Amino acid sequence: MSGQPTLERGSAAGDLLPVVTRERGQRQVFCGLAGIVWLHRKIQDAFFLVIGSRTCAHLLQSAAGVMIFAEPRFATAILHERDLAGLADCNAELDRVVAEVLERRPDIGTLFLVGSCPSEVIKLDLAKAAERLSGVYSGRVRILDYSASGLETTFTQGEDACLKALVPELPQLPSGERSLLVLGTLPDVVEDQFARLFAELGIGPVHFLPPRRTTAFPPLGSGTKILLAQPFLGETARACEARGARLLSAPYPFGIEGTLGWLRAATEAWGVTGEVLDAVTAPAIARAQRGLAHHRESLEGKRISFLPDSQLEIPLARFLQRECGMELVEVGTPFLDRQLMAEEMRLLPEGVRLTEGQDLERQLDRLRADRPDLTVCGLGLANPLESEGLRTKWSIELVFTPVHGFDQAADLAELFARPLRRAALLRV
Amino acid sequence: MQLTLWTYEGPPHIGAMRVVASMQGVHLVLHAPQGDTYADLLFTMIERRGTRPPVSYTTFQARELGSDTAELVKNCVGEAFERFKPRVLLVGEACTAELIQDQPGALARGMGLPVPVLSLELPAYARKECWGANETFYQLVRGLLKPRVPEAGRHPEPRPADRCPRANLLGPTALGFRCRDDVEEVTRLLASVGVDVHVVAPLGATPEDLLRIPEADFNVCLYPETADQTCLWLERMFGQPTVKTVPIGIGATRDFLDEVGRIAGIDVTDAKSPISSRMPWYSRSVDSTYLTGKRVFIFADATHAVAAARMCAEELGFMVVGIGTYAREFARDVRECAKRYGVEPLITDDYLEVEKRAAELQPELMLGTQMERHIAKRLGIPCAVISAPVHVQDFPARYAPQMGFEGANVMFDTWVHPLMMGLEEHLITMFREDFEFHDAATPSHLGSRVGASRPTEAGSQAVAESADSPMQADASTIIWAAEAEQELKKIPFFVRGKARRNTERFAAEQGIQTITVETLYDAKAHFGR
Ligand code: SF4
Ligand code: SF4
Repeated sequence: MSGQPTLERGSAAGDLLPVVTRERGQRQVFCGLAGIVWLHRKIQDAFFLVIGSRTCAHLLQSAAGVMIFAEPRFATAILHERDLAGLADCNAELDRVVAEVLERRPDIGTLFLVGSCPSEVIKLDLAKAAERLSGVYSGRVRILDYSASGLETTFTQGEDACLKALVPELPQLPSGERSLLVLGTLPDVVEDQFARLFAELGIGPVHFLPPRRTTAFPPLGSGTKILLAQPFLGETARACEARGARLLSAPYPFGIEGTLGWLRAATEAWGVTGEVLDAVTAPAIARAQRGLAHHRESLEGKRISFLPDSQLEIPLARFLQRECGMELVEVGTPFLDRQLMAEEMRLLPEGVRLTEGQDLERQLDRLRADRPDLTVCGLGLANPLESEGLRTKWSIELVFTPVHGFDQAADLAELFARPLRRAALLRV
Repeated sequence: MQLTLWTYEGPPHIGAMRVVASMQGVHLVLHAPQGDTYADLLFTMIERRGTRPPVSYTTFQARELGSDTAELVKNCVGEAFERFKPRVLLVGEACTAELIQDQPGALARGMGLPVPVLSLELPAYARKECWGANETFYQLVRGLLKPRVPEAGRHPEPRPADRCPRANLLGPTALGFRCRDDVEEVTRLLASVGVDVHVVAPLGATPEDLLRIPEADFNVCLYPETADQTCLWLERMFGQPTVKTVPIGIGATRDFLDEVGRIAGIDVTDAKSPISSRMPWYSRSVDSTYLTGKRVFIFADATHAVAAARMCAEELGFMVVGIGTYAREFARDVRECAKRYGVEPLITDDYLEVEKRAAELQPELMLGTQMERHIAKRLGIPCAVISAPVHVQDFPARYAPQMGFEGANVMFDTWVHPLMMGLEEHLITMFREDFEFHDAATPSHLGSRVGASRPTEAGSQAVAESADSPMQADASTIIWAAEAEQELKKIPFFVRGKARRNTERFAAEQGIQTITVETLYDAKAHFGR
């Protein structure tokens, strides 16, 4: 299963980009269904109906924790033996389940039919089902589909697939008008911070995708400039580009440097001067520096490895290395979108060990040999690594917690500093 | 298709993982897509294990479908064998692999590995987690012991007079409810009557241990959900009798000892009384008077549900008002039990149905799984957890068995604790107009933070209305006279929601439009208990 790793030189002409090692073997990463766990918190009138197996339902439950007390806005239509027998029945069954869901939750504005590995393998056509059901419920509920199967998507790619499904739904931005569209799920508090910054910079109108409610879909057109708030939204970005929008090349808004670079990309597109940018951002940057200084003490000189998981690895590594003084031992990423990562790759130190894909056991061998001070990994690996005396940080927290922007830079650093501080504290 | 929000059981391969994760020297290769690796976190996070479960996943992707997946299986099996050197290799498939029909078991067996390779049939679209654990354990034991089955008709040698009777404890698994401590407690219990524990499996066992199973005099089927098939087979093939009573609760523990005594041919009278448990005395103590007739709704796996019902009825003086299970395979046991207590059994794996029943019954205590804890929280009902599916809370640092005499002590504390303490309940009733005991004060057992979300009258009314009960339409047309409303307020808050509901139901049944003080007391007499 694990062929020899292939080496590849970064292709951007002239740039000395890090060498990327590709691996293929056992992976240890959630499938795209996991994205539902934060998407349903963000899009408040959406419901996610996974058409899948008991495994899919169990994954959602385990990833969300049985700890969500409210009734979730997601569910699974579990396929049974008799559904596999005849596909026609399967569609009738689906209609019945959808009716049941909508009856329970009359407040739903958009229903996503989410494909899984089993529904994909049996070739259940959810696009057609969505079309059919859209007819039935037209005017009442919007019904869309996307696939978050583990055959096609890892962890955060589910969000990409979901947002991409929204793109055709976005109203047309009249030609001659321009707007900024920020792609990627952000906690409301962060979204509001960014909205204020853009307003002060004189950039607007600014829209966010996903929106809090699907009744407030942002317009899209050739005057749209796109900023990615999350680095795993390549498909969505390309779908927007196909509708004429232009993707601004920028680093991701993690830490001071990333956030500033990200805002700068927007100011340049809007023709806002550097002086204005500096003036507007100066107070927030000063705050962030004060906040970071404290954590930098714990992080400086410490060695960190990232196992491939959330797709945030490269931007976070850049932040931790450049702003917190950490040493990067290995940076793993489930897949590498060279276009979307271009700005980030330039900021990585020369010679950093960058891996794409995963061969779990070999990866763990390397980790044991490296013994970094901190390892960023998925939930399944954290305790076993801790019991080997390695300190860990769960990657899933990084997609749930507000970590973007100036005012969260210190919080982001704190997430990494805390396990180290704790290790220093404990005497048990 | 079945609509599910939350589920009680995972797919059958999770059951298989529970068995292999319980053991040493066994490895499972699971043909599954990458997302299915989430299952590791059940063990490493929920159970806080320091090691990954011994499972390798093929993690196939779309582009490999149809061409390379068979190759992938073989590579994965080969590498897992090389790296982990298991003494037994199990091969199974998750739901997606079942559909693509690579037959990984056959592929692995064809590789000529120098250890037993067992392939598991885990029908993901028809079966669930407990079944998967039961089946895996059975296949494992059968697979290893088949060559040693004596010829038909040959009986096991009688136990030499100078040797202690020996028992195997079968069924405890990883992610089982309090298995770790139950094994210890039952081992002590057996030691107290002079029985040695020979093999515990699957929890902590090696393949070599499984080979030693037939050397014991009998088996204890500790968790029928995961071991009844195995016990049955051992009984048939090796003539090993099974102790079937599960020692949860004082009465059941005594019955268990009796059964052990009968099967092992030993005298157990001394061990049964006096017993070491405080629970019987606590239950008899005057403070426990307030527990009398508390209405309890039980929903759990079959073993714990049935045991809990008996404890409720016989050992704590509660009233069982509902019982159910998600374990369809054991529905019969629960049905019989329900008949004993004269209640309607609820056999379902639909969380929403359980919620509905709880809302209808308005019990004073729920005993259930983590799921029922959520339901209870929404409905404002005290709750204790008695069964899997488990949560990180169900692996306490302290010793907290469910079985044996100590288990009964643990259960007295954990079940009674969520209820208001007797003295407190009296005081609130006696001093209900007192400024400190007024009904909006947060009861101490709910903690300081909960005040706002405590089921106030309005809260429980909202619950009653949101639960789509047939009463809803009627109740909404009924008005409360001001005087009756005043009178209702004099009823202690913790039963007021029920009083309101009962009165409204009574009014609806009687066609009464306006509830007066009279109606209130008529209803009280009508539903009087
Ligand atoms: S990997 Fe596939 S089968 Fe597994 S949970 Fe994800 S979508 Fe479902
Ligand atoms: S940390 Fe893990 S085990 Fe603990 S509560 Fe959260 S998800 Fe559950």
